[in-house]
Amino acid sequence: MKSRNRVIAISAVMIASLTTAVLTVPAKAASTINVLMVGNPQMKDLQTLTADNFTADTGIKVNFTVLPENELRDKVTQDVASGAGQYDIVTLGMYDVANWGGTGKIKSLDSLVAADSSWNKADVFPSMIKGLSGADKKLYAAPFYGESSMLMYRADLAKKAGAVIPLHPTWAQVEAAAAKMNDKKNGVAGICLRGLPGWGEQFAPLTTVVNTYGGTWFTKDWKAQVNAKPFVDAVSLYVNLLKKYGEPAPTQAGFTECDNAMAQGKAAMWYDATSATGSIEKASFSKYAGKFAYAYAPTVKTKASGWLWAWAFSIEGASKQEANAWKFISWATSSKYENLVGEKLGWTAVPDGKRASTYANAKYTAAASAYYKVVLGSLQSADPLNPGVQPRPTSGIQFVAIPEFADLGTAVSQEVAKAITGGQTVKAALDKGQKLAEVVAAKYAK
Amino acid sequence: MRKSNNSIRYESRAGSISVTLLTWFLGLLFFFPIFWIGLISVRQEVDAGTFPPKWTAPFTLGNYGEVFTAGAKNFLLNSVIASLLSTIIVLMLAYPAAYALSIKPIKKSKDVLAFFLSTKFLPPIAALLPLYLILQKIHLLDNIFALAVLYIAMNLPLSVWMLRSFLKEIPKDLVEAAELDGASTVKILYKVLAPISMPGIAATALICFIFTWNEFLLAINVTGFGAATAPVYLVGFVTAEGLFFAHLAAVSIVVSLPVVIAGWAAQDKLVRGLSLGAVK
Repeated sequence: MKSRNRVIAISAVMIASLTTAVLTVPAKAASTINVLMVGNPQMKDLQTLTADNFTADTGIKVNFTVLPENELRDKVTQDVASGAGQYDIVTLGMYDVANWGGTGKIKSLDSLVAADSSWNKADVFPSMIKGLSGADKKLYAAPFYGESSMLMYRADLAKKAGAVIPLHPTWAQVEAAAAKMNDKKNGVAGICLRGLPGWGEQFAPLTTVVNTYGGTWFTKDWKAQVNAKPFVDAVSLYVNLLKKYGEPAPTQAGFTECDNAMAQGKAAMWYDATSATGSIEKASFSKYAGKFAYAYAPTVKTKASGWLWAWAFSIEGASKQEANAWKFISWATSSKYENLVGEKLGWTAVPDGKRASTYANAKYTAAASAYYKVVLGSLQSADPLNPGVQPRPTSGIQFVAIPEFADLGTAVSQEVAKAITGGQTVKAALDKGQKLAEVVAAKYAK
Repeated sequence: MRKSNNSIRYESRAGSISVTLLTWFLGLLFFFPIFWIGLISVRQEVDAGTFPPKWTAPFTLGNYGEVFTAGAKNFLLNSVIASLLSTIIVLMLAYPAAYALSIKPIKKSKDVLAFFLSTKFLPPIAALLPLYLILQKIHLLDNIFALAVLYIAMNLPLSVWMLRSFLKEIPKDLVEAAELDGASTVKILYKVLAPISMPGIAATALICFIFTWNEFLLAINVTGFGAATAPVYLVGFVTAEGLFFAHLAAVSIVVSLPVVIAGWAAQDKLVRGLSLGAVK
């Protein structure tokens, strides 16, 4: 009996201690904000510079949680949708802003921007403001860095192979250049393209090809167009390029793999994000830094076909630290911060692609002389409201700004991946995709 | 036709060499990924992705330096708190429970055991949403002690089963003798049975510690900045833009070290424990 009492007493003490510990939640200091960020190099730089600069100047401590893109999206969805408010600031891509803006789950930044002349809204590219605004035209996120897409290639290999790549190439010219530069014997692929399934992987570059071939996912009145001729032609070109001149195991290759292939000299050309210059032109990442040349996104029927993307900061609807959160966003997305990065970490590390003043900075343009004009031109010519040859139902160049697109794009990309590996024809893959797209279209069609 | 002694000796020696070679081969095969990660972790990013690998690439410890400047300390500390706290409490609860289900089986002990096991039938992902909402309602999201409680619930059924199997190996006469000598249940548990079943307890503790240390699903979903553990920190090095293999390898080594050290320290008990009871 005595021993039983002792066991009960020990258990009671244990449970009481644990309950006390659990309930003793350390209160967050009023001058502390929590930021959820995607783990891209520009964000890591921000993490490094914040304490000695922003916190030192304002006294506001910033706690960062850094996650890869997919985990970040899940976390944002959880926190924002449930109103948990664990984070004051969340990092959103342009696609996510289009979905969250106007729901009340993230705050409009209009009044904060209007009251903060130092942020200088007029300096931010109009395409960025458009892309980060909701359907109600209110601004919901401030761009940290922006990007378009362009063709990157090894100038030395092009010269050696006699390949001519104009500043504004067509896809036919790119195909011809890939054929000439393809050197499988020496392990150099003619071109590297994302074949890894995923709406944000394979279908980011592929949708821009579809756009310029005259295709679209949906018409303005929500008719699915996935197996229409322009869509099929675009995907056929992409699949053939990969089959004939692409990297080994293309369905395993996303941005990182192509980045690595270019850095290691395993690919001669790469069509992808303009932000890739940050790694392929960095000597500590790339063996061929300084040997690359750049051209605009290849076209067929449109004048331009580069995509538009930004990683941007939003304030959660549930945040109680709106003023401090904006102070941080204003600092991190300012030209003052860009100058700080340039001075401390080098001008090619600047989170560029969002402000006109960046491209007027002589130090930046000198460091980025190989590519800044193409990047600037691509960003200025990208129109998220009118990216193809026909009117669209939503904004977005390489995505359709509806929540269902992530699943739809990923499912269709898996079918395209089967076509890349020879498991089915492009037509068969896109016929399956059409059925999936019709289900989504039916939800929106009136 | 009888084989000569020499021939038998030769065959037995050849067999022994083959087994030794096979063992070494399997050992190296299992060790190779760890060796590879270690090798990449001391390379620059530009060399880490080279295939075939360049063995003479420059050596650097810079990746390890960056692991700690990026704030690994808090994440590792959270992992230590969650793992140690949950492992200790799991053992404190599972050991008496295992006694009551093996040495002195209570009524319906088989049903109780089946119930414990049934709690593992539900995939953790299925319980995630309710758990998240409950923790949000009671304001315990991003709380390391709340995470430890979840880990206790996660490891308790398995631990009860493991410890029960270890305790069942102990002769009941020993318990009866102790009872005749007037020993209380607590004394029997901690003075008589614990020293004998220590390898089993150590094996259970290590398995709980490893499961908790490596747990990712709950950690990433119910913690934020304050209570995030080492696996959440590790995954932050994966980026969609830029190369990350060398940094990821360095942080993987740092995050794996505590478990490796714990396993190394408990090696002899672990081997004895694992060859004794449930995992036999």
